[in-house]
Amino acid sequence: MSGSLQTLSDFLQCLIVGLRLGSVYALVALGYTMVYGIIRLINFAHGDFIMVGGYTLFFTIPAMLAVNDKLPIWLAVIVAIAVCALVGVTVELVAYRPVRKKGTNMTALITAIAMSLFLENLAQAIPAIGPNYKIMRRMFSNKAVLNFLNISLDWTTLLTILIGASVMIGLQLFVKKTKLGRAMRAVSEDKQASVLVGINVNRTIIITFAIGSGLAAVAALMYFAQYSTIMTTSGTMLGLKAFVAAVLGGIGIIPGAMLGGLVIGLVESFTTGYISSSLADAFVFLILIIVLIIKPAGILGKNVGEKV
Amino acid sequence: MERTPVLKTVNLGITFGGLRAVEDFNIEIYEGELVGLIGPNGAGKTTVFNLLTGVYTPTEGKFYLSGKNMNGKKTHQVVAEGIARTFQNIRLFKQMTVLENVKVALNSKYEYKFFASLFRTPKFWRKEEELDKEARDLLSIFNLENKANYIASNLPYGQQRKLEIARALATGMKILLLDEPAAGMNPTETAELLECIKIIRERFGIAILLIEHDMSLVMNVCERIQVINFGKTIAFGLPHEIANNQEVIEAYLGKNED
Amino acid sequence: MMNKNTKLKGYLVNTVALAVLLMAFLILNANFKTPFYSVVFIPSLWQISYLIILAASLNLVLGFLGQLSLGHCGFMAIGAYTAALLSLYFERAGIFTDKKAPVFIVSILVSLLAGGLLAAIVGIIVGIPALRLKGDYLAIITLGFGMIICNVINNLPFAGMEGLSKGSAAASLYKTGLGFGNTLKTKYAWVAIVITILCLAAMFMFIRSRFGRAIESIRDDEIAASASGINVSLYKVGTFVYSAFFAGIAGGLFACCNSSLSTASFAFTNGSILNSTFIVVMVVVGGMGSLTGSMLSAVLMFLLNYVIKNVIKASGMPLFVQNLFKYPMLVYAIVLIIVIMFKPKGILGTREFSLVNTIEYIKGKLGKKAVKEGGSK
Repeated sequence: MSGSLQTLSDFLQCLIVGLRLGSVYALVALGYTMVYGIIRLINFAHGDFIMVGGYTLFFTIPAMLAVNDKLPIWLAVIVAIAVCALVGVTVELVAYRPVRKKGTNMTALITAIAMSLFLENLAQAIPAIGPNYKIMRRMFSNKAVLNFLNISLDWTTLLTILIGASVMIGLQLFVKKTKLGRAMRAVSEDKQASVLVGINVNRTIIITFAIGSGLAAVAALMYFAQYSTIMTTSGTMLGLKAFVAAVLGGIGIIPGAMLGGLVIGLVESFTTGYISSSLADAFVFLILIIVLIIKPAGILGKNVGEKV
Repeated sequence: MERTPVLKTVNLGITFGGLRAVEDFNIEIYEGELVGLIGPNGAGKTTVFNLLTGVYTPTEGKFYLSGKNMNGKKTHQVVAEGIARTFQNIRLFKQMTVLENVKVALNSKYEYKFFASLFRTPKFWRKEEELDKEARDLLSIFNLENKANYIASNLPYGQQRKLEIARALATGMKILLLDEPAAGMNPTETAELLECIKIIRERFGIAILLIEHDMSLVMNVCERIQVINFGKTIAFGLPHEIANNQEVIEAYLGKNED
Repeated sequence: MMNKNTKLKGYLVNTVALAVLLMAFLILNANFKTPFYSVVFIPSLWQISYLIILAASLNLVLGFLGQLSLGHCGFMAIGAYTAALLSLYFERAGIFTDKKAPVFIVSILVSLLAGGLLAAIVGIIVGIPALRLKGDYLAIITLGFGMIICNVINNLPFAGMEGLSKGSAAASLYKTGLGFGNTLKTKYAWVAIVITILCLAAMFMFIRSRFGRAIESIRDDEIAASASGINVSLYKVGTFVYSAFFAGIAGGLFACCNSSLSTASFAFTNGSILNSTFIVVMVVVGGMGSLTGSMLSAVLMFLLNYVIKNVIKASGMPLFVQNLFKYPMLVYAIVLIIVIMFKPKGILGTREFSLVNTIEYIKGKLGKKAVKEGGSK
């Protein structure tokens, strides 16, 4: 094979990996962005919701197969979505809401960090989980869909990208077309005015948390389908990068999260492919820093100053 | 001999994403003068203050302090040159004491180096003592000296306004911009405020530009009044001229359609 | 009204009290040789020293300046690695051979100072872009910088994975002169104490000056601060750099009392107690805006960690309870949540413990029964 063709296939391979990573980041970033849009809080615990989703999958899959081994493994994601949504809503009700009522922005942010620490370390303390990593069952076939010019595309990658794309389209339709979606947008624009037009703000916030956390479970499925090891800190770095993606695209803006996720996925994949895998994380943050300095509101965001 | 105005603006204006919030704003204020800036809600009065204090950078025109161009200076630089202000919604340092609130504004007047504070040199003590004294003197003008160690946010509303003015005075300004100082005050408090403004003028002899909604207050204290609406100056002159100006009445009450 | 003389008296009282304490400690240190003392007490003292400096220095940014920084450990890492590499250089250059000689401790002090200075320089580089942002954005950008710092250290050929002890992830510190054993820790315990006192004094002097007033005004209202003539961005970066300097010193102390160095210790969050989040916990629990609160909280947190590690294990509690306490960060997370929810201002809030006031208070209590004059001052 000629050199230039090899270069091209390397490039395409990076692109495919980047799209796969990007779909995962985008889904997680959506969770951050939806919550931020509605209560102006970085939900630091969101990365840990992915970990919760991962462990739920880890325990549900064998249980499900014990009942009926004909069932497709990925069906366990339904349980994971339910568990994550429950955890998300609980965190909102038990911690965020009381602090939001009486605290400042900073105390709210510190609460979110505390919740993240709490979830991570609580998971460690559960004997069935513990501090060591576990190996997840393979969820999708690792057979190649196509193998062309040294580019391989396996089912896991293809399905990850497809699931990601369809969830994002579905969410966009939900937010734009349904009554609930409109309520969510209204609350994120102006809480007080939403109350005046008869929107139940607290209920809308809870639903947002449920959906955002549910998305984390889907992201967990996609992520652990590729990386089969899971431990209690699995969600931390993923969560942080997804948050970077959300900020990059413009936090609070749903299409921004998708765009940001894809950009971060591609950056990471190309840095790993062409520069160094150990510097990939540093590059992701470097991009965040550059964007925040040039355009703090993100690619799709609008700059709004403080009213004097 | 021609006097230099303390504050002079030449066709000052700002555009926010296509919206001209203020345009062709011209004003000249001389030492010791008290000028009122009035206009309906959303007319752009506070925006003018924000332009004059470097919070916003003007997109058109220039403004001068004692003949010196101030365009493009940052807020703290403008303040150092001599423009001080208060805010429509009181902005005190809420967790700090009344005395500290004033001391912050005196910071640049009593300078000492970082190492002087690190090693507590005699200069440090001298400067701090002078600073303390001046801060207390300022508080006493507003009858706040016995509340020096109160946390600022625990003061009653009227006194918070006074403290904000005291803090603005501490910056050592040439012109003071007061943004609706009487807003939310009861008649007694307003009367006290008027008394304060009078004292300030007597003691400091500075120029004051005042934004106010309370028409009777404006008509009482201001020597000249400028009226803006939708960012444009629609009238300026002596109080009684403004009171009888047809355009001003229309701007406030709406046009009579008959 | 506080005048200069009562203030001077305060400084005098504090200095005398500290001098007496230090003397008492030195006498104790020379004569007291139980195993508990040199195996438990002295190493704890070293750990508490750097925890106090870390908490107090972050408090400058978090409590006094009012900006949430989540990358404080990054500066600590710079301090630790700089001190280790520099003292390694001193050792190789033959500047010190005997760890008991005075030249040894001087070169260690130089290394620590260099660590602080380099951390401060990086603080400038990080602070200028980062502090243009506020709130959530600042938190996340400092977190990012903290990670980048560790990432860069890991990839440096002379530090991280390949440096210090070629190829090992956990670089041994004994060769560098740092990584004191218990004998050296006992011998040089005064170093830890004196450095802590000096750092805290420098922070107090900063807070109780026009600089301190300026940064507190920024915390309370940035716009009003600049309208009062405060150069907000200058003070923000300045405080950040000052804080980074002390984090660097704390990093050097950390390298003194640990046997190995790995950037994993300086992450945003990890299984052990040393990470950027933990420092935030210390500051919040002690009180944002109270240096003495940070000191108190650092000691309490250390004791909590000690109890979790040693007492709970030996207590014969049910396995499940022991398991819960096996991960100290879980306990800290719970402590943090409880404090934020029920005492959001922390133990001391923005108040400071003052020896003079305490003495006056006790005098007042005692004087009540006697003549009235004794109590009124």
